[in-house]
Amino acid sequence: MEVVVREVSHHYGANCALNCVDLALKPGVTMLLGSNGAGKSTLFSLLTGLQKLTRGSIAFNGSYLSTARSKIMATMGVVFQQSTLDMDLTVKQNLSYFAALHGIAPHNALSHINGLLEQLDLTAKLNTKIRNLNGGHRRRVELARCLIHKPKLLLLDEPTVGLDIASRQLISEVVQTLAHSQGVTVLWATHLFEEVKPQNALIVLSKGHVVAQGQCSALLKQYQQRDIEHLWQRVMQEAR
Amino acid sequence: MYWRCFTGVLSREILKFWQQRTRLLSALIRPLLWLFVFAAGFRSTLGLSMTEPYESYILYEEYIVPGLAAMIVLFNSMQSSLSMVYDREMGSMKVLLLSPVSRPFLMGSKLIANTMVSAIQVYIFFAFSLLVDVRLPLLGYLYALPVIALLSLFLGSLGLLLANYIKQLENFAGVMNFVIFPLFFLSSALYPLWKMREANEWLYQLCAFNPFSSGVELLRFALYEKLATVPLIVIVSLTVATFALAVRSFRPKASKGHFG
Repeated sequence: MEVVVREVSHHYGANCALNCVDLALKPGVTMLLGSNGAGKSTLFSLLTGLQKLTRGSIAFNGSYLSTARSKIMATMGVVFQQSTLDMDLTVKQNLSYFAALHGIAPHNALSHINGLLEQLDLTAKLNTKIRNLNGGHRRRVELARCLIHKPKLLLLDEPTVGLDIASRQLISEVVQTLAHSQGVTVLWATHLFEEVKPQNALIVLSKGHVVAQGQCSALLKQYQQRDIEHLWQRVMQEAR
Repeated sequence: MYWRCFTGVLSREILKFWQQRTRLLSALIRPLLWLFVFAAGFRSTLGLSMTEPYESYILYEEYIVPGLAAMIVLFNSMQSSLSMVYDREMGSMKVLLLSPVSRPFLMGSKLIANTMVSAIQVYIFFAFSLLVDVRLPLLGYLYALPVIALLSLFLGSLGLLLANYIKQLENFAGVMNFVIFPLFFLSSALYPLWKMREANEWLYQLCAFNPFSSGVELLRFALYEKLATVPLIVIVSLTVATFALAVRSFRPKASKGHFG
């Protein structure tokens, strides 16, 4: 799926969260780097339609949320920054609920769920309440949930924040594999430089502006930097 | 897709209700205390004359059963709305809103799920009321079902509308006091309105204007196999209006915070 964001601006009262943002997402992983308050979560809210777009346009394969919401949402998987799981329900109940919201028949849902849990090393947790899972397992369940309906667009808002290295690596591997083997478009917001791979596309957001955009390896070359951390520092310096 | 989505919302609500057994207990304790304790104490002091739908003199316990059943619906609907505020604070509301199914359908599904939970509680309460010899016409129990559903849809829509304008869980507690208690006490649930008129004319006018009174009377008449036309028109109209407003208020907004 291709997503084209054109001249999107968004304000909360007098505060400008996004200022004339232009960006394009293509199949593969696009990493979104930005410090706190850069506008990442606002961008996610607008992409998911949880907040109303007041200026600019967002096209999903040429369609718009205002006219083709159902079609677009059916192809979108989202992991929010904060957990959105129901703590009192089990892993299976949480995932089945989400599958039902996407109109997936119970027997199909269960086979999808089993496959995803196996992939994310969570099979043994099927009937465990979310409340009794650790942070890493909860995050993996969120990832499994956003993959149940086989989305073509994945929006991941800091999906690995607060996780141990093993969980971070597993989530990263699953998402990168999915993007490359199935052509899924992924927008992954992160603070962690090591999560950005040279083959990924990269967008740097600062104070509501896109300050750098392109293939990661090309940006490193353009800014003559040896790694993402230095690239980030340089881009932020120029943005000031 | 719509049917699966509806069954998904319904099974989640029933699962959550089943897991929160204390909620069932507290939902029943309140009306049962009114029925077994309050009604026993006030039976001798509150004389009730014969008014429609009753065809003979009745005991106070029999009078308040429809009002207490409506109270269960009122509290459950508002509690369900409270859970929407909680869902929004916890973020699970976002999951619901990401469904490809339309938002009015999702909200309708939530309200119908809530209606089923209310109906279960009300019929358990009716079973308990047999212990104080409140025996209503058998068909009345059946006729009461659509009224319970309608009343639940109305109060649920009202709760959703309120929930959308409440930013935090703590504020909802205030609304419970400012909405639930006035709705309940300024109604015909516990005392007939003519009694209120004897005491105070303007309080009577308030009670008569209160839509919850219409809901109580609609249920009371249904339980005695009768149709209360004016209350029916009032409740149907208000249900349509509040549901439309609730759906409208749940549209995405440009400001932060409505969807978590």
